[in-house]
Amino acid sequence: MSALRNKLDQLKKPFNKGEKWEKFAPAFNAFDTFLYVPNHTTKKGAHIRDAVDLKRTMITVVIALLPALFYGIYNAGFQHYSQLGEAFTFWDAFAHGAWKILPMVAVSYIVGLGIEFVFAIYRGHEVNEGYLVTGLLIPMIMPVDIPLWMVAVSVAFAVLIGKEAFGGTGMNILNPALTARAFAFFAYPTFMSGNKVWVSDATHIDAISGETILGTLAAGKEVTYDAWTMFSGAIPGSIGETSTLWIVIGAAILILTGIGSWRIMAGGLIGGAFMGFLFNLWSANDLMAFPWYQQLLVGGFAFGLVFMATDPVSAAQTQKGKWIYGILIGIFCIMIRVFNPAYPEGVMLAILLMNVFAPTIDHYVIQSSVKRRKKRLSTATVKSA
Amino acid sequence: MMADTKNKKEKSPVVLFVAEEKEPLFSKKNRKLLSDPLNDNNPITVQVLGICSALAITVQLKPSIVMAIAVMVVMAASNVIVSLIRNLIPNRIRIIVQLVIVAALVILVNEVLKAYAYDVSKELSVFVGLIITNCIVMGRLEAFALGNGPWKSFLDGIGNAAGYGLILVIVAFFRELLGSGKLLGFEVLGHKGATVAESTGLYAMGYENNGLMLLSPAALLVVGVIIWIQRSRNRELIEKN
Repeated sequence: MSALRNKLDQLKKPFNKGEKWEKFAPAFNAFDTFLYVPNHTTKKGAHIRDAVDLKRTMITVVIALLPALFYGIYNAGFQHYSQLGEAFTFWDAFAHGAWKILPMVAVSYIVGLGIEFVFAIYRGHEVNEGYLVTGLLIPMIMPVDIPLWMVAVSVAFAVLIGKEAFGGTGMNILNPALTARAFAFFAYPTFMSGNKVWVSDATHIDAISGETILGTLAAGKEVTYDAWTMFSGAIPGSIGETSTLWIVIGAAILILTGIGSWRIMAGGLIGGAFMGFLFNLWSANDLMAFPWYQQLLVGGFAFGLVFMATDPVSAAQTQKGKWIYGILIGIFCIMIRVFNPAYPEGVMLAILLMNVFAPTIDHYVIQSSVKRRKKRLSTATVKSA
Repeated sequence: MMADTKNKKEKSPVVLFVAEEKEPLFSKKNRKLLSDPLNDNNPITVQVLGICSALAITVQLKPSIVMAIAVMVVMAASNVIVSLIRNLIPNRIRIIVQLVIVAALVILVNEVLKAYAYDVSKELSVFVGLIITNCIVMGRLEAFALGNGPWKSFLDGIGNAAGYGLILVIVAFFRELLGSGKLLGFEVLGHKGATVAESTGLYAMGYENNGLMLLSPAALLVVGVIIWIQRSRNRELIEKN
């Protein structure tokens, strides 16, 4: 191993302070720290350094995303062949999906990391690892048939306006991946909704009706899928969001490693189930009558709740705040779905909305805690006096 | 205002109605009145005034240019008028007097637009009338015209309206170009047909217009980006906490 280290140090020489490529040091360090934990130490002040640094955290999230990604790749092929009515094997479907989806992932990483590197060199800080997750999330929440250049533009928008404008990783108010999706959703609505975009290569074939379940409901048509299919994920939808089963496995990885907040996920489930149940009682239209537990299975609800609502930067930070934040995401998600069928992706808008309010929630949680302690202190001093 | 000490060399100035030593029409100070609002003291990006109309009318370039000219006429004229009668206006009712002057000018501008540019006037609809409430107009009357001579007030009005118009035109340029692929109504990016095969230019390669740019929030985004670029180029504008 020391041979590799020595080789790296040798390669690193021109990037050191005072050498000719000093400016590009962040770019080199980004690759270096992939292999080795950086050896710098904190110089002053009290500090605790955890072995799980930002890069480890992000890699864990990427691992948790992989089950849903692989299923998404298979499902893209499955939807394509089954909607076209062609015979296919498992590997046919997987190959077709990979052919469609891997270029999207590549475009997302190349554009996003390119912008990150430019900003890191320009601003003279290290390349931040946040984009590792964002870069995988963005293709996973896009329809499979979206043109690659739209992915590139959305990524550029999310990284520039969603993140760098606020000061880079850790400073963003909104979740960057959802910013990219929201941008694409409003900028290119015909490529982000409808009944063709969810099945690859289906734009020019009339006989296909690959609407998402929420789209079908909003159009007032009958849903033909049963609850098990919704859960296992053989339904049209954005690439990563269809299979609740594999998302739950990802959620288990996040919760067991302590990286995703179970409070937010549980809060979201409770909020969504509660709101869905209330609408069931009302039952004024198809969307309201849609069984509450199926509301939790379809659309991006599970994916958004597990991978996007728990984003440590844009979510609430306090324990009580996380409950409030999660529950409100669940409530708003179902509410947006039901009251505004033009925006079937209620979960995207709900999370973005709560991202904006997360600091406010934290503020009031902290203030109430301060008030409670002050009260306790004053009664304690009265007693002792 | 006290005369500029630098200009004392000029002997026996021709005094018309202002009892102060003559300053060249475009002295350094006067030029600054014109140029300052374009960058360092821009009404929109630095003072964040007049945002409302900047959001509403910048979907296309043409209405924005007309709006910029209309605001320039109103601001220059109202600044000069208020500056001329500034010593006659009783302090307590000065806002009402200013409002009457601005309102009269706005009605004039509106009538001219209706007569000579009816389409644009329809597009701008209520926003020409709302120049009255544009914070920049009232702000400059209060902050500048009430305390300065007519020529300086005129320059100040032109300068601030130009600063406002500049941002309006930049925002509208990007919104029309990206949102509908046109500039001043010309299809600069090619013609978009019903299918890709019938399209020309960029559209033939699969390019699509950005629908977000047609929504009002896009104007906020573009203004935000302009503020970002301006502040990272000019660090003095960044507030210190």
